[in-house]
Amino acid sequence: MKLLGLFNYWVFAVLLMIGLYALISKQNLVKKIMALAIFQSAVFLFFITMSRVDGGTAPIVQAGVANQIFSNPLPQVLILTAIVVGISTTALGLAIVVRLHEEYGTVEDDEILAMDRDS
Amino acid sequence: MNLAEHLPALQVVVPLLTAPLVILLRNGFLAWLAALVASGVSFGLAILLTQAVLGTGVPEYAVGGWQPPFGISLNVDGLSALVLLLVTGASTLGLAGGRLSLRRDIDNRRAPMFYGAWLIALAGLCGIAVAGDAFNVFVFMEISSLATYILIAAGRDRRALSAVFKYLIIGTIGATFYLIGVGFIYMMTGTLNFADMALRLGDVIETRPIIIAAGFITIGLALKAAVFPLHIWLPRAYTYAPNAVTVFIAACSTKVSIYVLLRFNYGVFHGNLLGHSDLFSVFIVPLALSGILLASAIAIYQGNIKKLLAFSSVAQIGYIALAAGLATQAGLMAAQLHMFNHALAKGTLFLCVVAFVLTTRSASITKLAGIGRRMPWTMAAFVIAGLSLIGVPGTAGFISKWYLVVAVMGVPGWGLPLVMAIIISSLMAVVYLWKFVETAYYGTPPDGDVSAMEVPLPLRALIWFAALANIYFGLAPGLPIALAESGTSTLLGGLL
Repeated sequence: MKLLGLFNYWVFAVLLMIGLYALISKQNLVKKIMALAIFQSAVFLFFITMSRVDGGTAPIVQAGVANQIFSNPLPQVLILTAIVVGISTTALGLAIVVRLHEEYGTVEDDEILAMDRDS
Repeated sequence: MNLAEHLPALQVVVPLLTAPLVILLRNGFLAWLAALVASGVSFGLAILLTQAVLGTGVPEYAVGGWQPPFGISLNVDGLSALVLLLVTGASTLGLAGGRLSLRRDIDNRRAPMFYGAWLIALAGLCGIAVAGDAFNVFVFMEISSLATYILIAAGRDRRALSAVFKYLIIGTIGATFYLIGVGFIYMMTGTLNFADMALRLGDVIETRPIIIAAGFITIGLALKAAVFPLHIWLPRAYTYAPNAVTVFIAACSTKVSIYVLLRFNYGVFHGNLLGHSDLFSVFIVPLALSGILLASAIAIYQGNIKKLLAFSSVAQIGYIALAAGLATQAGLMAAQLHMFNHALAKGTLFLCVVAFVLTTRSASITKLAGIGRRMPWTMAAFVIAGLSLIGVPGTAGFISKWYLVVAVMGVPGWGLPLVMAIIISSLMAVVYLWKFVETAYYGTPPDGDVSAMEVPLPLRALIWFAALANIYFGLAPGLPIALAESGTSTLLGGLL
């Protein structure tokens, strides 16, 4: 039960490592951007998980209902901002990949480096 | 309603709101002028804030009237004021000195967008310095980073694109690590406000998550600050960026990450977290030392003046990190002073490079041979700033080197080896700068033409203004020292 209770945290750690591994090992720049997105999503999951309170509902006060338990809304708001940051980073990264493809005709990191060395 | 109360907010709002207006201007010159004015106004605001900090102090600013720790607060102390002066000063210097160079590097059609991105980067960097809570620091960090990637990639050199892609990947990893650390701290303390965090950390019984958080935050910020060996994004990004952009980012972007590092490790963790200071020192000091020695050695072998100065920056970041890692009052003073003085010297040096490349169209040292005879004014300013980088008495660099040596002498048992490392690295700085100075004064120009070809007078005047500032702060270092003292006392928060 303990293990299952920490399920989300395990997923966080595994996703984080998948993202980081792919960032280091993949040569294709589009794959690197995908890895970056996975890496960031892991952190989103981490924040959302910590905000959850057992038996908690959305933090909206209802008339006539006392002693309600609410989940913490703050991490969710933070992550809303972080998702926007993540989308912008992905968009800018892909824009740079497009420009790289225009200039070098490839999206493979090692081929670009080789061309840089020759010039 | 008093305007002076709103200075911390205006520091961010002015460049942030001018940015969209600049983009609407359809003319490269007008966009540049508007950006320069906004940047100059920010510099003025930073000076006003500095005066306030040194006078009565700046009260905490509650955004929208919501009181901290629940509302968002903006705090300005000595350290923030120091960083604000650097950021706005470097931006104004880069814009004012970079007009001709940027006109060549950036299409007139795209220029308004470029200057808009410049102002957004400025707003983000100022935001980091004034923000009073960990999450706003993250948001401002990403705002400034995204805009900086655009600035670096804006030039005509295609190698800038692959350099900036690497910077984007590493910068985002750094920021995400920082966010994970902030998440762990929020889990344990339930707050994001720096001051509140420092208060509540003492009550946390299970400190392991906090130690892990400190690790994530320190490594994330070390990536962004280019502490050796996490610097691999820096040399190429500095080298292939448009020259005026290099003046801006080389002077301040890594310093701002160091600022957050100091804010977290001293303002929050130091004294509230058992064993943290030892862990921090053990992590950062060896990296800083290897950076000081290896990056200086690598700089000697560079054939491109921009790359040479970039590796020198990695070594100088090493000095700052070494001083910060000592976890003593003297060390913190030295770290802050070196942030200021290195920004001054490196900004001037890169401004001279702007002038060199403007006339010769090359940053390769062999192609710059004989430049000292062709551009005597600019080269003389380069030498002055170079002396400051080495730390010759009479220049700003000497003051911080002096503080640094005094700080490391205080380390029991390790004082002498650390001083030796600093001296060896300074000697290597003499070697790599002399290599360029010798070629510039005694080398023969590639085409044999030795006629004078100075840059226009306004740019020369600006370069000399920056060079004389290096001497001024070497002879009258009162301002940075007063700010660093004020910063040290808030960071260590009455623990002295």
